[in-house]
Amino acid sequence: MSTDALFHINITNAAYIFAAILFIVGLKQLGSPATARRGNRMSSLAMLVAVLATVVGNEIMSWEWILGGIIVGSAIGVYSARKVEMTSMPQLVAIFNGFGGAASAVIAAGELIRLINEGAVIAEDVSITIMASVIVGGVTLTGSFIAYGKLQGLVPTRPLLMPIRNVINVALLIGMIASTVWLVIDPSITAFLIAGGIALALGILVVIPIGGADMPVVIALLNSYSGIAGAATGFVLGNNMLIIAGSLVGASGLILTRIMTKAMNRSLMNVMLGGFGVEDGASASGDEETRPVTSIQPEDAATMLAYAQSVIFVPGYGLAVAQAQHQVRELADLLKQKGISVRYAIHPVAGRMPGHMNVLLAEANVPYDELKDLDEINGEFQRTDVAVVIGANDVTNPSARTDTSSPIYGMPILNVDQAQSVIMMKRGMSAGFAGVQNELFFLDKTQMLFGDAKDSVEKITKEVKDL
Amino acid sequence: MFDAEALIIALTVFVLAIFIGYEVITKVPPTLHTPLMSGSNAISGIVIVGALLVAGQADGLVGQILGAIAVGLAMINVVGGFMVTDRMLKMFRRSGQK
Repeated sequence: MSTDALFHINITNAAYIFAAILFIVGLKQLGSPATARRGNRMSSLAMLVAVLATVVGNEIMSWEWILGGIIVGSAIGVYSARKVEMTSMPQLVAIFNGFGGAASAVIAAGELIRLINEGAVIAEDVSITIMASVIVGGVTLTGSFIAYGKLQGLVPTRPLLMPIRNVINVALLIGMIASTVWLVIDPSITAFLIAGGIALALGILVVIPIGGADMPVVIALLNSYSGIAGAATGFVLGNNMLIIAGSLVGASGLILTRIMTKAMNRSLMNVMLGGFGVEDGASASGDEETRPVTSIQPEDAATMLAYAQSVIFVPGYGLAVAQAQHQVRELADLLKQKGISVRYAIHPVAGRMPGHMNVLLAEANVPYDELKDLDEINGEFQRTDVAVVIGANDVTNPSARTDTSSPIYGMPILNVDQAQSVIMMKRGMSAGFAGVQNELFFLDKTQMLFGDAKDSVEKITKEVKDL
Repeated sequence: MFDAEALIIALTVFVLAIFIGYEVITKVPPTLHTPLMSGSNAISGIVIVGALLVAGQADGLVGQILGAIAVGLAMINVVGGFMVTDRMLKMFRRSGQK
């Protein structure tokens, strides 16, 4: 190898180390909202360094196609990043995950074709990693698109269960292993295409039985897969930059997956097997609820809030559906002007993806230091005069602490029932997703405020102003 | 040829990176979990490096087209991911901060 080529390789690798450090420091800066924006910029700088190092350090033979890819990809990226509504963020992340997985699979295909064309002997480790790359990439691609479809309402959100799906899944797994062995023994495009096809089918079959409410877990898991697919591609190409960045993403997705399953009181296995809520929903609708609840009007709620010293809002996804974030923030501002302490208690599953509710509230100009997570806020409820629950249900059900027979027993909940009084905003008396009745409704301290959340909050705000 | 040494080095890098990722990311507060996901999504766009290598070294048209597709897909992740993350993080404000 000429000294010039060697020099280029060293420069490239030095730049890769620099980029890796930037990625890690960038992620570390995400540890606080105050530094997070700088951290994100650092990560994007790292990406630029890695790309430039690759272009400088390697002989790029033709630019036309590459430039075409860069222009089209950037245009789509800019457009979707600008246009997306904050409520649709889970869909965007899902579809981006899919593209990442697809890229890994396509790269593996390109590399295999190049190796076969060269007539080189393909070592076992290369063929195995090529297969790993296309399989993880393929599953990520179709799995993400199904997840997107479920979130967007294009694919039925109820769990779709096929009677012999386990047989099919096992057959696909066997086919995958067989085609991998085939490719290792005799590197051929056919074996690759079979494995790729199986991976695409598997992605669909694995996600389709999972219920819509479990999508946060699925997106987090697919996020992790897109990173692992990248790392696998790094093994194919013998490129440490891909391995490092891919692993960081893989770890991030796995951590978020674990946080979400814990918050939902489920195991990952239980989510993946799907079908949750099917049997439970049927049995719960059987017994009619006859116990009385106390119901109030917006005027009464306004009086309660105006004479309180401390208020905690408990938003659920129902709040985002009603688009009532801005109205809630207005009410909160008004209460703060009266010297009332206002905070927000955010359960990990309050939105449609990890941290979603925080983004929705930040968009409505709620300061982030008022957003409290489960551990921070749970000790505070007993010192709080009024807790206002808007569009949340299961995550406030005290049965999770006390009733061992309840399906949500053991689930971490917000201790809303410990507040001095509770205002529960809800459309009707329906049960939550888990299909169990919320014991909170029947406590003496709980006042039900029925109606559209946005409408009710607006009325309360008006009443508080007039007081 | 099967290169055991290179594979071991790659595995070492992989395992260490996972540990670093775990340590760093467990410290990200729940408030920032959505930007974390979209940001790490952008980082998984690092496959652009692999896409450039494949596209740049392809000698046939098929290889070039596959490379270009991979570059395009990765670029959506990179540009879209970093931009949407920035858009979200811009909205996070402290009390009293305008």
